[in-house]
Amino acid sequence: MSETPKIEIRALRKSFGSNEVLKNINLDVAKGGVVALIGPSGSGKSTLLRCINLLVVPDGGSVRVGDTRFSFGEGAKLPDVKSLARFRATTGMVFQHFNLFPHMTTLQNVMEGPVTVRRMAKADADKLARAQLAKVGLAEKADQYPATLSGGQKQRVAIARALAMEPDVMLFDEATSALDPELVGEVLNVIQQLASEGMTMVIVTHEIAFAREVADRLIFMRDGVVVEEGPARQVIDNPKESATRAFLSHFHRTGALPPANAVS
Amino acid sequence: MYQWDFGILWSYRWLFLNGLGVTIGFTIVIVVCGLLFGLLGAFGSLSRFRALRLLALTFIEAFRCTPILVQLIWFYYALPILAGVEMTPITASALALSLYGGSFYSEIIRGGIISIDKGQSEAGAALGMTPGQSMRRIVLPQAIKRMIPALMNQSIIQFKNTSLVSVLAVPDLVYQSQVAAHDSYRPLETYTAVAVAYAAILIPLTIIVRRGEKRLAVSE
Repeated sequence: MSETPKIEIRALRKSFGSNEVLKNINLDVAKGGVVALIGPSGSGKSTLLRCINLLVVPDGGSVRVGDTRFSFGEGAKLPDVKSLARFRATTGMVFQHFNLFPHMTTLQNVMEGPVTVRRMAKADADKLARAQLAKVGLAEKADQYPATLSGGQKQRVAIARALAMEPDVMLFDEATSALDPELVGEVLNVIQQLASEGMTMVIVTHEIAFAREVADRLIFMRDGVVVEEGPARQVIDNPKESATRAFLSHFHRTGALPPANAVS
Repeated sequence: MYQWDFGILWSYRWLFLNGLGVTIGFTIVIVVCGLLFGLLGAFGSLSRFRALRLLALTFIEAFRCTPILVQLIWFYYALPILAGVEMTPITASALALSLYGGSFYSEIIRGGIISIDKGQSEAGAALGMTPGQSMRRIVLPQAIKRMIPALMNQSIIQFKNTSLVSVLAVPDLVYQSQVAAHDSYRPLETYTAVAVAYAAILIPLTIIVRRGEKRLAVSE
């Protein structure tokens, strides 16, 4: 990597009470790179992802996305509310449980960020939101409320909502873990499409076959440390560490992606 | 057997109407001010700052855990001596009832806000909203829907609590009916009529609240 990475994380530490969840994590994501974070539950991968957009404030180390860098730990001042908000506006996040706004229609969900955060005119935001909904294949659901959508559709709306902020990077926090198996494919397809368009992404996932297809780098975490890191195919096909091997033995690692039957 | 004679009350109709007007006006004032105190109390108790949280909780518990009758008398007789401000009975009782109602409204509003899934404000934050924006745009619109039935119930209680201001000689419905009862020597008729008047106003209101609860339950 000759170019400076888009995301740069150094010596990151985080504890919840006496439980140290992240122990000295370093991570680089190149511009346009797709990094998959895998590992058993409790390994710290979701916390690491949430540290990238500072939904979780680290105890030590530094986080840089694009030109904005925050340092944490002794002597470092905690970032104020405004600069945190400005920083988060440049990173999109997709949650395991969608977290769509139930009191708004699909279209209003997608317009909310542009209108409230970017102060975009309603008419422009409407156009942008409809374009994003069309991109995830849900243009005709614009006026429906989230409660009427399937899990896969909800998650695609959540992706459209994040994309409407035109973020530099996208973070996916187990985006398919709460979905029925037959709905996983439609969401993975959208993520794959984003990857092919050159979006910089960090993906926490249990879909090993998907990680192998879409990610160019893979990070295996356990107990708050990075156990193994490398090109996704290499790590999945020939893991060096015994812990990685043990974890991967629980999964089908290759094969086709689940069929995407609802992207239309 | 007692001989009921409600006809005698007709000559006091202007007195009753006057009292009813004061009662309703008083209710409007203490519901509006109470909601204002309630909002302050709720946001204070959810504040990031410890001192504010402590202040809000002290206010809430002080008014929630003492009887309203004691508060009314204390605000009229004790506060002027301690603070050196003279208050009319109306000001003293409006203040006491607003603060008392506010302490209950606080708990309802706070409960409504914390009942909204944390993922909602996280999603707002992830979009780049400040905590204030996500409270206004995301959390409150959902929370208010859940609070409305409880807020309405508390306001009904507030309406009934106004009857206590008669002890400070505020000329509300109960106070005026005391006057009528003494004058006519007909306390049974008078207080029965007053009870009916309160019920006649509150029963339709409770029906509206119950309908509202059902509608909200369906839409969620």
